[in-house]
Amino acid sequence: MAETKPRIRLDKKEVRKGQIVDVKTLVSHVMETGLRKDAAGKVVPRMIINTFNCEFNGQFVFGCDLESAVSANPYFEFKFKPMESGTLKFTWIDDEGVRIEAAETITVV
Amino acid sequence: MSPRLALCAIVLLAIVGGAVAIAWGRSGPERPHWEGHGIKPPDKDFPLPEIVSGYWFRTKETQAIQDDDFNNPGFFAVEQGEELWSKPDGAAGKSCASCHQDAATSMKGVGAAMPKWREALHKPVNLEQQINICRTERMQAEPWKFGSAELTAMTTYVRFQSRGMPVRVRIDGPMAPWFERGKQLYHTRNGQLDLACASCHEKNYGRNLRADFLSQGQSNGFPVYRLRDQRLVPLHERMEGCIFDVRGIPYAPLSDEFLALELYLAWRGTGLPVETPAVRN
Repeated sequence: MAETKPRIRLDKKEVRKGQIVDVKTLVSHVMETGLRKDAAGKVVPRMIINTFNCEFNGQFVFGCDLESAVSANPYFEFKFKPMESGTLKFTWIDDEGVRIEAAETITVV
Repeated sequence: MSPRLALCAIVLLAIVGGAVAIAWGRSGPERPHWEGHGIKPPDKDFPLPEIVSGYWFRTKETQAIQDDDFNNPGFFAVEQGEELWSKPDGAAGKSCASCHQDAATSMKGVGAAMPKWREALHKPVNLEQQINICRTERMQAEPWKFGSAELTAMTTYVRFQSRGMPVRVRIDGPMAPWFERGKQLYHTRNGQLDLACASCHEKNYGRNLRADFLSQGQSNGFPVYRLRDQRLVPLHERMEGCIFDVRGIPYAPLSDEFLALELYLAWRGTGLPVETPAVRN
C-alpha cells in the first residue's frame, strides 16, 4: 500500500487563549476487516488502525480505539481549547505496529 | 353542537387527514434533488433532455464529502499521482515530468478530451492506455496493470488537472465507427436480466432500481472514490460491475468494446465539468 502523509487541518493556527480550535484529520489506510476472503478462499488477515491519539504538549487531548467496522481512510474531527502555545501530536497505530505520526503547531496570542 | 354538525366536522376532518396522508405518502423519503441541475444538450437529437452529473443523484452527505477537498479521500490518489509524476522509472531513467514538466499546465484539459485518436496505433486510446504507452515507449518501463493503485492514481492525477473543464470528445473522422460501436453497445441488452445500459441510465434515471437510485451513468467524475469499495474505481471497472450486475459476462477492461463505450459515455456527458476525483456511493 502506498504510504501517503496524513492530512490535518486546523480551522485556525493563531488563537486567543481559550478559543476553540476545530481539528480535522484524515489518514490513508486500507482498514482490512479480517472478515473478507481472497479469490483463493483464504481469509485476508485483519489490518486496521486500532488506536488514534492526539496530544498537546504531551497532554492527552483526544483519542480512541478503532474496531474493524471502521471504513478505510478514517476521518476524525474534534474541537479543543488550547490555553498555551504548543504542538499537537497525532499518532495512528495499526495492527502491524506501524506508527503514522504528524504534528501541528498552535500559537496562542 | 348538534349531532349533525359534529358528524360533518368528523367527515371534514377525515377528508383533510386523508389528503395530508396522501401528500405525505407522495413526498416519501427525501430524495436527492437532481432536477434542475442539468445542462442543456448540444442539439435536439441528443438522447437526454438534460445532462445531469451523477453528483446530483447522490445524497447530501456524499456530496458534502466531494465538496470538501480535505474530506475527499480521492485526494490521496491525487497526492500519490503527484509523487509518481516526478519519480523516474524504467531503463530510460525518465519520469513523466522529464517530458511533460509541470502537470498543472501540460495536462490541463487532456483528461476532458479522452479517449482520443492515436494515428500510430490506428485506434483511440483512453487515459490509462496513454499513460502505459508513455511508460513503455518513452520511459522503457513496465506498463502498470489495470486496476493497480499506481495506474489509477496517475489517471486520477492527470484527469484532476482538467477539473471543472467541460467534457468534450471528438467523434468525427476515424472516431466515427468507434462512436457508432459504443452507441450500439449502449443500447444492446445484455446478461440474464436482459438489460441494456440505456434501460437504466436513459429510460429510468431518477428512479429506484431496488435499493439503487439510478443516475444517468455519466463518466465525468471518474476515476471516482466509491464509498462501497472504499477506494478509487476506474471507469472500466465500474462498467464491468454494471454488466456483472445484470448477470452478463463483462468485457475485459481496456478492451475495444469498453473503449467504444467510454467514448460514447463521454459524448453523452458533453459539457459536464470534470469532477475527478468525485465521490459516489
